[in-house]
Amino acid sequence: MAVELSFTKEIENIMYASHGKPIKDCIQCGTCSGSCPAVEFMDNSPREVIGMIGANLKEEVLATNTYWTCASCYQCTVRCPAGIDIADMMYALKRYSMWKGQYKEGLLGPDFSEAFVKMIVNSGRSFEPILAATYLPKYSARDIIQEGLTATGLVLSGKMPLLPKKVKRLKNLQRMVRRIIPIGETK
Amino acid sequence: MKQYAYYPGCSLESLGKNYNISALAVSDELGVEMKELEDWNCCGATAYFPVDELLAYTLVSRNLAIAEKTGLQDFIAPCSACYKNAYTTNKYLKIDPDLAEHINYALEEDHLHVEGKMKVRHLIEVFIEDVGLEEIEKKVAHPLKGLRVAPYYGCQIVRPRKDKEDVENPQFFEKLISAIGAEPIDYAYKTRCCGGSLIITNRKAALDMVYKLLQDAVNSNANVIATTCPMCNVNVEVYQSQVNREFGTNFSIPVMYFTQLMGMALGIEPKRIGVGASMLSLAQSTAN
Repeated sequence: MAVELSFTKEIENIMYASHGKPIKDCIQCGTCSGSCPAVEFMDNSPREVIGMIGANLKEEVLATNTYWTCASCYQCTVRCPAGIDIADMMYALKRYSMWKGQYKEGLLGPDFSEAFVKMIVNSGRSFEPILAATYLPKYSARDIIQEGLTATGLVLSGKMPLLPKKVKRLKNLQRMVRRIIPIGETK
Repeated sequence: MKQYAYYPGCSLESLGKNYNISALAVSDELGVEMKELEDWNCCGATAYFPVDELLAYTLVSRNLAIAEKTGLQDFIAPCSACYKNAYTTNKYLKIDPDLAEHINYALEEDHLHVEGKMKVRHLIEVFIEDVGLEEIEKKVAHPLKGLRVAPYYGCQIVRPRKDKEDVENPQFFEKLISAIGAEPIDYAYKTRCCGGSLIITNRKAALDMVYKLLQDAVNSNANVIATTCPMCNVNVEVYQSQVNREFGTNFSIPVMYFTQLMGMALGIEPKRIGVGASMLSLAQSTAN
């Protein structure tokens, strides 16, 4: 008979290299939530999300904006008295939701991450103006104008180059990536 | 002249250009040589990990492998996010043979092999630990006397823990600021996150984080905020006007890379450290 993994195990299994303590060691003290600089913009606090994972509330966790609001600053990780790498757990939840293709509507994080990885696979380097194409369509008109003004100012002040650089051995890098994940053909 | 494998990272070629030129100028002045890695790639910042963890470590490993080939011992990153990614990847390569084997299988495609034998360090460590504060003090031509500097550590340079540094109340940045004759100010938000890539994916949250940080630095009467990371620098400097619009504030506090402040103190020509006229007048008005 097939054994069904608990949600906690599923998440722990995709924290491949993280060497923190298991999520189930959480004592629900709330140090993470109290330390998080972005907590007031989260639907559920980090402590609540860990509790929800333990309670197998998969759909609820997939519907929360919490992990996509994590800035990966590791303040929770260094303070957790149970030794859980909470910031890495937030990364794992991001991966889980990308893998399931299921996340709260209107979030920019998933598109941004996907665009970022595609850009690296296509050029080996990151370049801000190309990324803008992926997130600007989701901005309001006012934000787009604001972003345009900021970018123009950066170009005029010489802080932003107009052309991206590429790695020289790009073909090798792309073959490397294909040995890790089958990404299909790149431009 | 001691040589280091230097990994500038993508930001230092665009938004952080002034960081790169000032880093190289100061290194030169202090007698350390930063040798840029050949054909390096992006470290992934905070954006690869949400997609695939193994891919993220592999891409970072390519840079580490290129650095190992040089025969140099130290891998130097001036960007805190690059530093964190290189540091943790290097550490995992050493303690996890399965991970290393998997990554090396991919690296074969670029005729590379990684062992995790580099010593991964942030640029600021080279100046503080290798050159030494005493030596820097000796070389200061124009002490930045009276300049009140807010040392802004941000997150990735101290977190997650890199073995030795105090993650709650680090002091190395303050010591460096004192060594160049300026006055480091004490404020609560010095290791609080700038918002990072949330500035793109959750503007509201990031502006709130930048706002609180600016307010704390201004309340502590800082003349300038000093940064160790291009991401922090952009968020705290470029988005000040948006913070002002959003919160009805009137912030116009200069933000500089620690290397630019060091360059000023060492008497390096302003052009070589990417410092404009406005910054110089600030330094002159306070230094008397």
